[in-house]
Amino acid sequence: MKSKQKIDLVARDLTNEVHEANFIGAKMKSERRYAALGRDYADPDKLRETAGLVKQHTLEHLDKYLEQAEASFERNGAKVHFAFDEDTAKKTVLNIMNEHGCKSMVKSKSMLTEELELLHYLEDQGKEVIETDLGEFILQIDNDHPSHIVTPIVHKNRRGIAKSFEREGLGDYNDDPETITRRARAHLRQKYLDADIGLTGANFVSAESGRIVLVTNEGNARFCMAANKVHIAIVGIEKIVPTDQDLGLFLNLIGRSGTGQQLTVYNQFIGGPKLKDQPNGPEHMHVIFVDNRRTEVLASDCREILRCIRCGACLNVCPIYRQSGGHAYRSVYPGPVGAVLSPLLAGNRFPELADLPKASSLCGACNEVCPVNIPIPDLLLRLRDKAKREGAKEAMKGTPNLAMWATMCSQPTMWKAALTMGHTMNHIPTQLIPHPSAMSWQGTRKLPKFEGGEFRKWFKNRK
Amino acid sequence: MSSDREKIFSAIRAALDPLPKRTAKPEWKRELIVCNPSGEFSSLKEQLADKLVFASSRYCDSFDQLAETLKAENSTFGYCDPELAPLFEKLDGITFETEYDVAKVNEYTFGITKASAAIAESGTIVLKDGDTSSRMGALTPWIHIAAIKESDIVATIPEAIDRFGDDPSIVFCTGPSKTADVEGILIEGVHGPGIQIGFILS
Repeated sequence: MKSKQKIDLVARDLTNEVHEANFIGAKMKSERRYAALGRDYADPDKLRETAGLVKQHTLEHLDKYLEQAEASFERNGAKVHFAFDEDTAKKTVLNIMNEHGCKSMVKSKSMLTEELELLHYLEDQGKEVIETDLGEFILQIDNDHPSHIVTPIVHKNRRGIAKSFEREGLGDYNDDPETITRRARAHLRQKYLDADIGLTGANFVSAESGRIVLVTNEGNARFCMAANKVHIAIVGIEKIVPTDQDLGLFLNLIGRSGTGQQLTVYNQFIGGPKLKDQPNGPEHMHVIFVDNRRTEVLASDCREILRCIRCGACLNVCPIYRQSGGHAYRSVYPGPVGAVLSPLLAGNRFPELADLPKASSLCGACNEVCPVNIPIPDLLLRLRDKAKREGAKEAMKGTPNLAMWATMCSQPTMWKAALTMGHTMNHIPTQLIPHPSAMSWQGTRKLPKFEGGEFRKWFKNRK
Repeated sequence: MSSDREKIFSAIRAALDPLPKRTAKPEWKRELIVCNPSGEFSSLKEQLADKLVFASSRYCDSFDQLAETLKAENSTFGYCDPELAPLFEKLDGITFETEYDVAKVNEYTFGITKASAAIAESGTIVLKDGDTSSRMGALTPWIHIAAIKESDIVATIPEAIDRFGDDPSIVFCTGPSKTADVEGILIEGVHGPGIQIGFILS
């Protein structure tokens, strides 16, 4: 393979073990998704389309709904904060911790905190932070990054995990997944009890009632909110939906789309501090609404990507993701959604990630499985156009110069002449054409025999 | 802080102002999201029983059977909601405390708390903060027994949402706590219950 594109280079260098883990994990989840939606609904597309419109509507009235959500949370006794950028978001978390005298935090999975690199920031400020989702916990002890939105350690196998647990003093080497899980249960249980603050993200926010919704299978977000006295929910402003009843639509889609479950095990609807008579749980709830360039995306012609509910279905179905794995996308959000979202959220670092929109065959599978019907292939094309216009070097790597082709295609006489000459292609050794792309392409394929050039004649003489 | 609020709101308005028209909220009916029934059932209770098992939870409606299950799991000491204690005291060979003591987090092997509702179409147990005597009691023991009044079984998710009221912490539990993070292999009982039982009080 002669490609110079970074994603191809990463895919080429993956070990067979990792490649297989990525591929099988993705394929299995795709199959489960398909089976669950087909079993439960006569027309699952109707749900996807409706959910897409609900989110598009919310985004296009976001000023109204964000204001409504703020008022609802305050009515419920939660404190609402706003953070325009990364720095303010991180400082807001730190200030809340200091204000309540908190030293150690347990947190559940949140892609937004990955964006902010919140964990390292808080550790640098002398705080202890523990990831409690099993996958995220393993990433934390390995100082690694998630390679999938829903199954963050899909690139790892049990042997590597067992070695990490041994290294961290969580018991002798044992690679039985059940033993690994039990050890994590015992270890993290003590962490929940010792911590003084719990932090979660939010999968959805209901503007009407001022509730965040958390979707987990492990129950770690429940534990963060049972054992601790302060709860911070850190939320991207695009997570809002109008009403509680709308949540039913999304919850029915997210579990089935992500893992093929009818519902994810735990759906939590949190609207404020615990009730007075409840002995366990947070007495204070803080909601931090974070922009971090989401309004830039809202202003762009790719605003549909903000509908995303982070189910991972587009990753699982994508032929590129299956080959490359998530780390190849060099950013927090991998796969088709990441190929759109990551360059957009990169701000003035857009050129560095401008090659990602090209990591697609435009087959359209990502759009077909998307629970909010995001036209990802269209958005990829818009970003390819943006990269070309801005002359982003990363996007140009390995891309042939198509100027001559463009001239030929836009001049009818030249096109006609080229077609009549097409047959000469059958008599010359095309693999010797000294064009890097042509040579690379023919390295693994054979150019078929040219059989065209007759259409115009036929069209003119047809009866 | 208020300046960040203003920055966000003005950025949103600046992004949306140039749009020639805005997407209307689609009208959708509740039937859209109600899933195909998995069989024919004579009652919601029967449908719930089927779906609980489908979601890897367990269904139970007899005190004797519950006592047997707990003994078979070697789970004879736990926590119970004080209001439910009179009902469950008759469990043979089983003892519990009615005040959750955090020091005993690893000693309580079961927890019995009230469910506010159950959803037949998905086999979901609904816990509301106002009805749960202790969040820890419903979460930390290996076995959670949710006591559901038969009259609190609803057919669909939208009906369960209708009952939210102003409760600050509602949990839908559809199955035991689980993970498939390690090589996609399903393991039950990560941070919460490894066994979830829906116990119907007729």
